[in-house]
Amino acid sequence: MNCFELEHIDYGYDRQPVLRDISLALGAGRILGLFGHNGAGKTTTIKLILGLMAPDRGRLAVLGGQPGAPDVARRIGYLPENVMFYPQLTGRETLAHFARLKDAPRRQVPELLEQVGLAEASGRRVRTYSKGMKQRLGLAQALLGSPELLMLDEPTTGLDPVATADLYRLLRRLRDSGTGIVLCSHVLPGVEPYIDEAAILAGGRLVARGNLASLRRQAGLPVRLKAQAPGADELLQRLNGNVPRLDTVTRDSNTIELDVRPGDKMTAIRSLMNSAELDDLQIQQPTLEDLYCHFTGVAGGGC
Amino acid sequence: MSSIWSIARKELSDSLRNRWLLAISLVFATLAMGIAWFGAAASGSIGYGNTPATIASLASLGIFLIPLIALLLAYDAIVGEDEGGTLLLLLTYPLTRGQLLLGKFLGHGLTLALATALGFGLAGLAIALLVDGVAVAPLLEALLRFILSSVLLGWGFVALAYLASVRVSEKPVAAGIALGVWFLFVLVFDLVLLGILVASKGAFNPDLLPWLLLLNPTDIYRLLNIVAFSDGGELTGVLSLGADLPFGPWGLWLALAVWTVVPFTAAWALFLKRRL
Repeated sequence: MNCFELEHIDYGYDRQPVLRDISLALGAGRILGLFGHNGAGKTTTIKLILGLMAPDRGRLAVLGGQPGAPDVARRIGYLPENVMFYPQLTGRETLAHFARLKDAPRRQVPELLEQVGLAEASGRRVRTYSKGMKQRLGLAQALLGSPELLMLDEPTTGLDPVATADLYRLLRRLRDSGTGIVLCSHVLPGVEPYIDEAAILAGGRLVARGNLASLRRQAGLPVRLKAQAPGADELLQRLNGNVPRLDTVTRDSNTIELDVRPGDKMTAIRSLMNSAELDDLQIQQPTLEDLYCHFTGVAGGGC
Repeated sequence: MSSIWSIARKELSDSLRNRWLLAISLVFATLAMGIAWFGAAASGSIGYGNTPATIASLASLGIFLIPLIALLLAYDAIVGEDEGGTLLLLLTYPLTRGQLLLGKFLGHGLTLALATALGFGLAGLAIALLVDGVAVAPLLEALLRFILSSVLLGWGFVALAYLASVRVSEKPVAAGIALGVWFLFVLVFDLVLLGILVASKGAFNPDLLPWLLLLNPTDIYRLLNIVAFSDGGELTGVLSLGADLPFGPWGLWLALAVWTVVPFTAAWALFLKRRL
């Protein structure tokens, strides 16, 4: 069973279309990165999946049921962007309150507080919490009831590097145990190693979806080869004509950078290897950020 | 059902934590005892006068205080959660909007009921124990009626506060509307009604006029607490119209309950339309 399936979803607000013809699905045990500029429709998509609003057109199924239905909502964990809590309650009281609402086992409260590193601060009022601590409490809240679908909107806001690494490790563990995870983030390099697939929204349309390899194939962005060899100019002359390059940059006397089409990558590497005694060769695939800029740029957004 | 109770429980523990419950109870108890012992001071005597006069004075005071306290307690119920950023999160939980509103009502309603019962109950106990020769049975009966009608009046204004709270998107606006509601029902309504009576010089259908009192929950409340002691002879001002109502106390109770149910249902319907 898929965690959610959106088929040809349209949603408008005050006669302004917000989402147009969105089709997207997430399988169990997968991490989906949902990307887009502010106002591209990420939050609206999440709200539709959570059942907070109904689409104007299209079919929408979540965990095999209706979005927003109590037995579906109980199996979803959600961390909103800039999560906020009741300032007068302590961390433990907050989590206990939400655990009651979700019918989650009460023993999860201390366990989750421990897991997100708030065990010591759990007796303090949320009013005194730092941004990062509130974020971690928000995460604990999302994990109540061991959800089958986890939706995290900017989960690393306010987290220090160690806490961020902890979070990603945790997400990987959850994914491996079968949880479907949606990750919205603007920190593209941060999430790149952890997502199984990406969906890029621009202007209310889904402009790209798939795993990174297939997105790279679709985009056809150049691969950058960085070669270090003594006498870079000489090397360039020798390469000329042999390498189907798109663009060449000489950085200094012994570094050259070649941008080649993905299909020409191996030919270029072979030529480089044959042309000189290389000290070093780096191959830079287009990053998630490059792909994001490419797809939003095609849609008219740009980076 | 359990999620309704979870919401109610949080509201109740909030009002314990921020001492609202304690403060309201104390205010009620102090005022009730003050009125019981010094209410007759204007006529030159100090000490407990009689039960009907005490209850009538209490009701006059209750009309000002109870709606105000109820409105203050409840005006930010929904708009406060929205501004605090917790409404969105709550509604992703297995909790419908109706259950959330009902939970809030249960919490606020219980807070108000507990404070009223505690405050006025303690005052009643003090009167029964300390005043020599007071007839305990009629005092208890009147006090019970007074407490029940006060609670019901408070619930009505809690529901009216929700009506504002589900509709607006900023807390100060909700507070402003709540004050307006208080002003309208507690101060303006009777004046307007009196003005109409005088200005119309009997042109209105006299059978219709008493029914107009039912449009104001505070008038129903006052009628309930005063009519019970007499045939309406002590009713003054617009309330004298109440003596002409073709039904007894049960009709008044029912009317007061309607003043809780109708605004609450309307708030519910509006809340369903609120956009997140």
